[in-house]
Amino acid sequence: MVSKNVKIVNSEGFHMRPVSAFVKEMSQFTSDVKIEAGDKVVNGKSVMNLMAAGIRCGAEINVVCTGDDEEAALNAAIAMIESGFGEK
Amino acid sequence: MFRGIPVSEGIGIGKAYVISGKKLEYEKRNVKNTTAEKERFRMAVKTFCEERENMAAKLEAEGSLAQADILRGHIMMIQDPFMTSQIEDQIDTGICAEQACEEELGIYREMFLSVGDEITEQRAADVDDICCGVIGILTGCSAGSVADIPPGSVIVVEELTPSMTAEMNKANVVGIVAEKGGMTSHSAIIARSLGIPAVLSVPGAMSEFVNQLNVIVDGNDGIVFPDPCEDTLNDYRAQKKFLDEEREGLKAYENRPTETADGTKHELCCNVGNLNDATDAAESGGDGIGLFRTEFLFMSRDSMPDEELQFETYKKAAELFKDKEPGNIIIRTLDIGGDKAVPYLEMKEEDNPFLGFRAIRYCLENTELFKTQLRAILRASAFGNIKIMVPLVTEVTEMVKVRQLVDNIKTDLDEEKIDYDKNIQVGAMIETPSASLIADLLAKECDFFSIGTNDLTQYTMAADRGNSKVTYLNNYLEPSVIRSIKHIIECAKCADIPVGMCGEAAADPLMIPLLIAFGLDEFSVSPKAVLKTRYNISRWSVADAKDIAEHVLTLSTAGEIQRYLRRTVYNK
Repeated sequence: MVSKNVKIVNSEGFHMRPVSAFVKEMSQFTSDVKIEAGDKVVNGKSVMNLMAAGIRCGAEINVVCTGDDEEAALNAAIAMIESGFGEK
Repeated sequence: MFRGIPVSEGIGIGKAYVISGKKLEYEKRNVKNTTAEKERFRMAVKTFCEERENMAAKLEAEGSLAQADILRGHIMMIQDPFMTSQIEDQIDTGICAEQACEEELGIYREMFLSVGDEITEQRAADVDDICCGVIGILTGCSAGSVADIPPGSVIVVEELTPSMTAEMNKANVVGIVAEKGGMTSHSAIIARSLGIPAVLSVPGAMSEFVNQLNVIVDGNDGIVFPDPCEDTLNDYRAQKKFLDEEREGLKAYENRPTETADGTKHELCCNVGNLNDATDAAESGGDGIGLFRTEFLFMSRDSMPDEELQFETYKKAAELFKDKEPGNIIIRTLDIGGDKAVPYLEMKEEDNPFLGFRAIRYCLENTELFKTQLRAILRASAFGNIKIMVPLVTEVTEMVKVRQLVDNIKTDLDEEKIDYDKNIQVGAMIETPSASLIADLLAKECDFFSIGTNDLTQYTMAADRGNSKVTYLNNYLEPSVIRSIKHIIECAKCADIPVGMCGEAAADPLMIPLLIAFGLDEFSVSPKAVLKTRYNISRWSVADAKDIAEHVLTLSTAGEIQRYLRRTVYNK
């Protein structure tokens, strides 16, 4: 299991577009991806649960990946979140 | 008469077409062959995705990109493997696919609603739309049809969904009234992208309106009239005709000087809140910036913006207008306090923030912060025709103090051999009754005036802008406000300094003839109102405008003034 803290920087937060892109990316890995935000733990491959978590810009979250390709999955997740999901 | 939130401007006059809520009707069954039921669910999802993709493609072809995106979002949502496995688990307990969908999606609906931000709440509406769609496919009954809406319809609906808009013949829709929704709801986005007047959050609309009832939808003021009387209909027909002509005529006003019918020139600038707006302003054909709000630089940050950051921002704004003559950029110094809080400045909560320690009052006490801003503005003045505007002025001393600070900074810059505009103009925003009453005295300490009608109205009428119980008083067509504006402009003329207006009133077709008559020099409006304002200025000769103003000054209530101006302006 590997994990890392990261801050949400895109202005929209975890809404439709960023969430869709994130889930698409994470689905390429076999590892389990969990997002811990406040007291919530959310499946990182579920569009519905990620949106329902209401994670906003500025929130600090913890990404936890478990599985054979956990390192690669975590790196991809962090890179995506830190880049603001490519939001302009 | 019903009031709601105006989300898409324009006037729509037509007959009500009530779209009753889609019903999720199905028979609850116990399922024995759960494998077959799960397969039935999977097939329904597959069909749903194909249908939505077709709708999205159709909308995309029509140029409705935002709606197409929403529908593709639905596909992402229903294909969530985590959720579909939850639904299949439900089916495994022996309930039918319809019930499993309704229950599982219902849980997400509640989760979205409980998040507490408007965008996530919108997702609950998407969940409802998806749920109706999938269950409709499972049961084989398509939901309430919107395919054959008759021409000239005002749609009355609980909430307009993207799938509804994909199906309906938009050319037949002249207005939209919905019980739910705000500025950022799907209904609003759809209405604006189609250019259909819309009023949302009209409670009880579904039960009060019946098909074929005459309806007026006023998407400018957020009013809906069911079964209006002949007088009201005529008034609104005239306004609609005026707005249609205005819209059609606008193209002709691109790249033209702003002048009255008899050739009196006016400066037409824009109100902006950040560099994006400033870019819009330059592209819209504005002559410059009549109000650059600088709060955005200070709010939504963790710390003070330093001199460099401010300098770069002001400089960039100035450079956008470097080809314009004179290309004035009026930068308003920090206007914060009470209601506009900046976290790191630790301002105290006040009982009466609008009458409290704010704007120039705050800046003159916190001179370090203020000097940083003035220095950034002065440095940027080397790159364009920048002017300094002071908000919430109430006494002459404030202007004297600001001028003193500006002079001190000029001396510093001279010593440091840093370039700036030696003749930089310093003016006052006239937005308090006090400033209006002493406009003649203030004019001696000011290089220009700009009238801020939003606050001037609120303070003159002693009516809180945010309090819906007193909204009716917050009207710049009140005789007191009109007299105040006239007085301010006269004082500026006497002192031979330019005077502009940067409130909403400057773009109001009803107000424009009065402002021309009083002699306003500069109109500052939102970038999207530039052409419209240029058109409205061009409709009047100074003599005609003066006749109108003369009559308005004899009227004693805002209601009379409004009625007179509506008839005169819209029927011209």
